Amino acid sequence: MIWDLHCHLSGVEGRTPHEQMARLMEYADRMEIERLVVFMGQQFLTDPTPDQFRQQNDEVLEALSHWHHRAFGFVYLNPKYEEESLAELERCVKDGPMVGVKLWVAVRCTDPRVDAIVRRATDLQAVVFQHTWQKTTGNLAGESTPEELAELAAKHPDAKLICGHTGGNWEIGIRAMRALPHVTVDLGGSDPTAGFVEMAVRELGAERVLYGSDIGGRSVSSQLAKVLGAQITPQARRLILGENLKRLLLPILKSKGVRL
Amino acid sequence: MTIDVNVSLFRFPSRRLPYDDTSAMVAFLKSQGVTQAWVGSYEGLLHHDLAGVNQRLAAECAAQPAGFLLPFGTINPLLPDWEEDLRRCAGEWKMPGVRLSPNYHGYGLDVPQFDRLLTVAGERKLIVQIAVRQEDPRTQHRLLSVPDVDVQPLTKLAARHPATRIILLNALMSTSAETQAALVQAGQVSLEIATLEGVGGITRLLKSVPANRVLFGSHAPFFIWQSADLKLKESELPQPVVDQIRRENASQLLIHNGS
Repeated sequence: MIWDLHCHLSGVEGRTPHEQMARLMEYADRMEIERLVVFMGQQFLTDPTPDQFRQQNDEVLEALSHWHHRAFGFVYLNPKYEEESLAELERCVKDGPMVGVKLWVAVRCTDPRVDAIVRRATDLQAVVFQHTWQKTTGNLAGESTPEELAELAAKHPDAKLICGHTGGNWEIGIRAMRALPHVTVDLGGSDPTAGFVEMAVRELGAERVLYGSDIGGRSVSSQLAKVLGAQITPQARRLILGENLKRLLLPILKSKGVRL
Repeated sequence: MTIDVNVSLFRFPSRRLPYDDTSAMVAFLKSQGVTQAWVGSYEGLLHHDLAGVNQRLAAECAAQPAGFLLPFGTINPLLPDWEEDLRRCAGEWKMPGVRLSPNYHGYGLDVPQFDRLLTVAGERKLIVQIAVRQEDPRTQHRLLSVPDVDVQPLTKLAARHPATRIILLNALMSTSAETQAALVQAGQVSLEIATLEGVGGITRLLKSVPANRVLFGSHAPFFIWQSADLKLKESELPQPVVDQIRRENASQLLIHNGS
């Protein structure tokens, strides 16, 4: 059972979200991926206005509309617009089919406007996927480091936080997450460097590691290989490829009446 | 059966890797159906004594089953008497080619020494591998920040050296489809798939590069070998094209080489 935590419409062939989703599913079928989590729309917008993030989420809702048996969505928010973001969280998660929140690079996650979003998401049993990178070449102004996510996580011990990309520079990201057992790490969106998954399992435990790809910008192959090629136990592999994500999403899926 | 044209031996400067032991690497590659691997040396990135680097590489390959590891010695054309290094690679160790790391060695492809290297390599029928990157610049050690090689000057040079077979390693993240197309049209330039990204990557690559110029390369042990292997499944490809990429194109390069 393989569940992919981290999928985008951007970078996938197709004129409409419907077409792009159908194409994504062709790749998923070929690579034996059972379920996909999709977030953000047809274009990448780093600092979207409320109208823009609502449109992005509408595109994901459209993409999901024929695939609820195979795909889930996370709502994309911009904490710069706290009130509008909270309203969008209600629309897409409380009153809609989405099961998590995606926060990208509009503001760093230590920004106090992020707290209300994390609190409300936690009330709704939704997961919060926070993009993180610690680039040797320098981060974007609003781009969070894993250490900043650790600060956020310390303030929200009940939140289901996911460290996107494991900080990119994963040897540093894993260390930053080590003391925070309620945070899981996403493997997606970096090169298939050998040793990544082995270190994550050694330092965090397999239960805290999630397979994600970051397609369409990345290839399914390079990301899946991180897990399939890692020198870990079959049980650890099963957890990482799908069982951990399923366990994480189960409460909110149950609350929405989704049967697995 | 696969010929992997992008494998390295020994220790990467800033990280231990699961298969950085040669015997373990060979056993693993064989278990995956690899019949031959073209290998360079990580020592060649930073060492100045490249004659010693290449001697150890040749010895390490010779210690493995015959013909499984083909050594590609490192040449730095900025070093004094580099042509002697190249002569030893071709003459003493019978290497089929050499591997260059211009970014680690501090030169661009527009320097006259590189032009001269293409001439000499062509005369000796050596394949020239150019490693465009080793590691994503965003994840490199701060004291070892090495930019990707700018391959733009190669278009003119490949046309001027039509007898020299050139393989770009790890080039697909930092070159555009237009540049890739221009390179393969200009001369005998091939590309390998280790750093190819995006869903259905090989299908997209084949829109700009003919299948006879695409090679199987894994960038192992730095990259997980299965990444390259799975790409041939992710893209829906006719079996003859898969066969070309997996081994036939590499075999052809060796036949031309006389190896």
